[in-house]
Amino acid sequence: MYPSRFSYDAPNSVEEVIAILDQSGGEAKVMAGGQSLIPMLKLRFASPARVVDINGIPELEYHRIDPDGTLRIGALCRHEDLEFSTILGNFPTLAQASSLVADPIVRTRGTFVGSLCHADPQGDWSATMIALGGKIVAQGPKGRREIEVRDFVLGPFVNALAFNEVAVEAIVPPAKGKALGGYLKLERRVGDFATASVAVALDVDGDTVTRAGCALAGVGGRTIDANDAISVLVGKSFNSESIKQAAEAVAAAAEPRTDHRGSSSYKRHIVETFVTRILSNIANSEQKAA
Amino acid sequence: MAPLDELKIGGMGASRRRVEDNRFIRGKGRYVDDIVLPGMLHMEILRSPVAHARIKSIDTSAAWEVPGVRLVMTGETMAARNLAWMPTLSYDTQAVLATDKVRFQGQEVAAVIADNPYIARDALDKIVVEYEQLPVIVNPIQAQSPDAPLIRDDKENQTSNKIFDWEIGDKEATDRAFAEADVVSKIDLHYPRSHPSPIETCGSIADYDRATGKLTVYMTSQAPHIVRAAVAMVAELPEHMIRIIAPDLGGGFGNKVPIYPGYVISILASILTERPVKWVEDKSSNLISTGFGRDVYLEGELALRKDGKILGMRMHTISDHGAFFADAQPTKFKIGLMHSTFACYDIPTAHLLSEGYYTNKGSGGVAYRCSFRVTEAMFFQERMMHAAANDLGMDQAEFRRLNLVRDDMFPYRTAFGFLTDSGQYGKCLDVGMEAIGYSTFKQEQEEARKRGKLLGIGISTMTEPLGAGNSREYDILGIKMFDSAELRVHMTGKAILRTGAKSQGQGHETTWAQIVAHELGIPADDIVVEEGDTDTAPFGMGTYASRSTPVAGAAVAMASRKIRAKARKIAAHLLEISEEDIEWELGRFYVRGNQERGVTIQDCALAAYSNMPDGLEPGLENTSYYDPPNLTWPFAAYFCKVEVDAETGVWDVLNFVAVDDCGVRINPMIVEGQVMGGLTEAYAMANMQYITFDEEGNCIGANYMDYLLPTSWETPGFELHEVVTPCPHHPIGAKGVGECATVAGPAAFVNAVMNAIEHTGVRNVDMPLMPNRVYEALQTGRNVSGMPPVLSD
Amino acid sequence: MTSLFDEVQEAPAEGVEVRRVTVNVNGADKTVDVEPRLLLVHLLRQALQLTGTHSGCDTTSCGACTVLMDGRPVKSCTVLAVQANGREVETVEGLATASELHPIQEGFKEEHGLQCGFCTPGMMLSAKALLERNPDPTEDEVRWALSGNLCRCTGYQNIVKSVLWAAKKMREQNQEA
Repeated sequence: MYPSRFSYDAPNSVEEVIAILDQSGGEAKVMAGGQSLIPMLKLRFASPARVVDINGIPELEYHRIDPDGTLRIGALCRHEDLEFSTILGNFPTLAQASSLVADPIVRTRGTFVGSLCHADPQGDWSATMIALGGKIVAQGPKGRREIEVRDFVLGPFVNALAFNEVAVEAIVPPAKGKALGGYLKLERRVGDFATASVAVALDVDGDTVTRAGCALAGVGGRTIDANDAISVLVGKSFNSESIKQAAEAVAAAAEPRTDHRGSSSYKRHIVETFVTRILSNIANSEQKAA
Repeated sequence: MAPLDELKIGGMGASRRRVEDNRFIRGKGRYVDDIVLPGMLHMEILRSPVAHARIKSIDTSAAWEVPGVRLVMTGETMAARNLAWMPTLSYDTQAVLATDKVRFQGQEVAAVIADNPYIARDALDKIVVEYEQLPVIVNPIQAQSPDAPLIRDDKENQTSNKIFDWEIGDKEATDRAFAEADVVSKIDLHYPRSHPSPIETCGSIADYDRATGKLTVYMTSQAPHIVRAAVAMVAELPEHMIRIIAPDLGGGFGNKVPIYPGYVISILASILTERPVKWVEDKSSNLISTGFGRDVYLEGELALRKDGKILGMRMHTISDHGAFFADAQPTKFKIGLMHSTFACYDIPTAHLLSEGYYTNKGSGGVAYRCSFRVTEAMFFQERMMHAAANDLGMDQAEFRRLNLVRDDMFPYRTAFGFLTDSGQYGKCLDVGMEAIGYSTFKQEQEEARKRGKLLGIGISTMTEPLGAGNSREYDILGIKMFDSAELRVHMTGKAILRTGAKSQGQGHETTWAQIVAHELGIPADDIVVEEGDTDTAPFGMGTYASRSTPVAGAAVAMASRKIRAKARKIAAHLLEISEEDIEWELGRFYVRGNQERGVTIQDCALAAYSNMPDGLEPGLENTSYYDPPNLTWPFAAYFCKVEVDAETGVWDVLNFVAVDDCGVRINPMIVEGQVMGGLTEAYAMANMQYITFDEEGNCIGANYMDYLLPTSWETPGFELHEVVTPCPHHPIGAKGVGECATVAGPAAFVNAVMNAIEHTGVRNVDMPLMPNRVYEALQTGRNVSGMPPVLSD
Repeated sequence: MTSLFDEVQEAPAEGVEVRRVTVNVNGADKTVDVEPRLLLVHLLRQALQLTGTHSGCDTTSCGACTVLMDGRPVKSCTVLAVQANGREVETVEGLATASELHPIQEGFKEEHGLQCGFCTPGMMLSAKALLERNPDPTEDEVRWALSGNLCRCTGYQNIVKSVLWAAKKMREQNQEA
């Protein structure tokens, strides 16, 4: 309930943030929304010596689409900015996930990029970004670099940032054709950890799938990258056979564990069911549109 | 002269808007943590991370060094004053701060008192405890094993983990009924451990004044007078020098009845530091260590005639009480009022055998809107009824109707000896069946199944014993369970009322005034109601088990009537006639035959201070203590319709109809609020909410990420109906209702889901019916048990 | 200094960092020296004696601590006091004017939207934020917006009715204006 003591900085520029991190020898934690970090501080699961608060850098508050269709999400973009966004028409997976993160109040403070950095195996955004082939832009003393999200999450609550780097942006590449996708989450109530959730992101040309991405949350010690598994869809169109094949392949990629939320076989079954439902919904909408 | 309109003055039946709201909506409630006393210190408790272990050493030296720490206490500190152990409400003992062993994860081991809670928490991190772990017991079957470790090795003559055997009923007659039965229906199940979890946790501010010798304790207590008596015994302070003040409480649901170690430690801390000491626990501490509810296993059997008549009922219950036997219930009933089960049905014979066990878990069992284990009694009852109807191939509603006590049978003596008071059970059933569309459901269900949709309907009917209780049979630690009201009418006709009850959201400040308005015709707005301060409130046993309307409410009516009787004498004096010629209408005495000529109750009040008849004491007040002649018996008939997603096990409530007969309703709006609150807790337990343990005794459900309360999004809507059958022995015909929905509700949800998946042949899925459990039942066709430990990879 | 005396407290422990924050609370600027670890809920309740905001859990789950920060609902137990520096915070104490209750407060009383009152301040502020964005919500929209605030007593049905009552009154007031 009560955090232990820490030193605190609230700099006004990214350069200052990096300078503080660089001098801290790894003893500093960056805070954006704080909706993951502060609970850990209160339970004393985290006791950093120093907290660097980036909320004083308004240049980081944005999400926008570049002329080439790339979606850029700044480090201070809140979950609810995405939930109420009007520009995510070409990012259906992201749009569907946005209202399922935590609860409506947490969404006013918590940030997209912060959530990715937190690297919770049950995190909705990590799964979404791996399915979308997204990237994190990290900035350090030597400048910026882009890290694929699938390489960014090293393990539960461990990310690939160097101690003197801060994540400033997330990038979602544009679809080459038409972007389709979905996000389904089995939670027992709003704000619960996912028993299992599935993110599917597809590029479609006519009725053929040209790119397929998939990732899973809650069914392993880390977010499960199921991009390879769902690639069985590439070059195919939607029919019950291809959907079944994809669902089985993705389910096989899951690494669920038995616990009080259910047996590993149940969770694997949910993955298969959700992939089927997402793909079937997409297929039906496409049929209706056609 | 037009008579007063009772609804307009806020009398019985008025949905009077609540007096309490005026401060709560402004954020001006006064809860324990809102209170600040000069010089106040803050206390935090160190709790055991392990479930069963010997304490080899405790080193607090580093904690003392933290700047701002004023006192560090361990079991040794308490033992030096004979306070390391304290009595429970069930004649057992409970550790205050552990000395020899810890017996559950979360048990209190040390306490730090500091200038603010942040510093106190810092100091907890500096305390080093060495534990030597022992094998752990997380269910009563493990507790029974001859190889099981002895949990209560502190108790002389305790050679096993068994706490009690208790039995009631006629075993021989019941065995004969089973021998003669055409069909025997059997079901085994577990009512899992749950927790009342009001949003506000428990806490106290203990303030011992050395100069006067008076101890004042602000406390989250539903029963401040019981606490005063207990503190007098435990702390050996004189009772008249102890003041317990229960201010506004952020919910109770039975969680705030017991006396917790934190209260006792804070009292000693105040005595030692000579300063007020505040202790407010966090949510995890509340969930892991304070009075939980339920955790009972059932083996239930019904002996049936082939036409559906119940010939006999047998129950064998095994209850898990945690590490200390601290159930808050009438003391002579070891398993509470479990034997009120089947009271709404006309059954010739029944037998209940009950065993209780210690386990390595926080203690309790009687809490959470349970009316003293009646939640278990009625859940078991309706799950048994559901199974029996299926075994007979009978319709669920008709099976119940055949066996329900009929209107002409009251007062009805149950097989276990209770006397139920009144009811129209068949009518309630009819109202509910009509509202849910029962007659067309079977067809609806069949058609849906053809389309691959699983619909189900579930029924739960029950009558439950409220208003404990008559002094012949009911007591807690020897104190009889009456209640009280003290009413004083001022000279301008306004009044102040104090009772021995203690509202935690039930709206007593609003409803008690309505009773007085009904009896005396004083507008409810002219009556202020206070509860909770033992220095001013008349002695009462507090508010839990839905006992306040039946007992304290009756006392309010009786006190009002005694005042009216005295006012009648004053009226006779004012009107200069004999008392025999006085008539009463709401708020007014008048001369028989001459209605125009009269005096108001306010006139009488003024006269009580200024113009008294000879021989009558001045003033207009009365204190009444009410010893109820019997319990009261409201009835509920609930109908729930669900749809189950066969692919995931997720189920949704399509419709929920609740028919409640709680006798006369003082404030219909408040009654409905109680029902909806109780139904939500029923839904919670049926769907998602429980506490369990892993093999090492780690508690799963000790925070709000694991212990799931439903939000406004999941919680279904409820359609409420009323039937009114007054209680024949209660002064205003009311029966009480606070817990009815939590008692009757869970079985309606569970029976509905079981009905939806009936085609699998599954007999039982333990609550909560989480998606994975429902799915497992659908896939395997086997019962799904929720008994801990929960296994994980 | 407007008070007659200012007691000199024990010096803070060595090396304890303290920050000066100015928070606008219910329209008035409040300046307080705080440790960075102090949670906003404790700044409000203890430093500013605004005890209407309640603390109900330790996992950011219950929402009893909800306040509005720059108009958006936040769980004040999961915001540091230092993060409220320069921000506008509205608590339940700021809902009513000197002479009038806010329609949301009236609605909760009228429709029996509270019993023990502990979740109520947070619930009302979440509702206020909803109605500012969506003056005519459906029942589902109300339930969704309030799904971060837990209530144990009411079963939510009357809370929804209270918010819809308030929404109607606020729309009528805006029409008149």
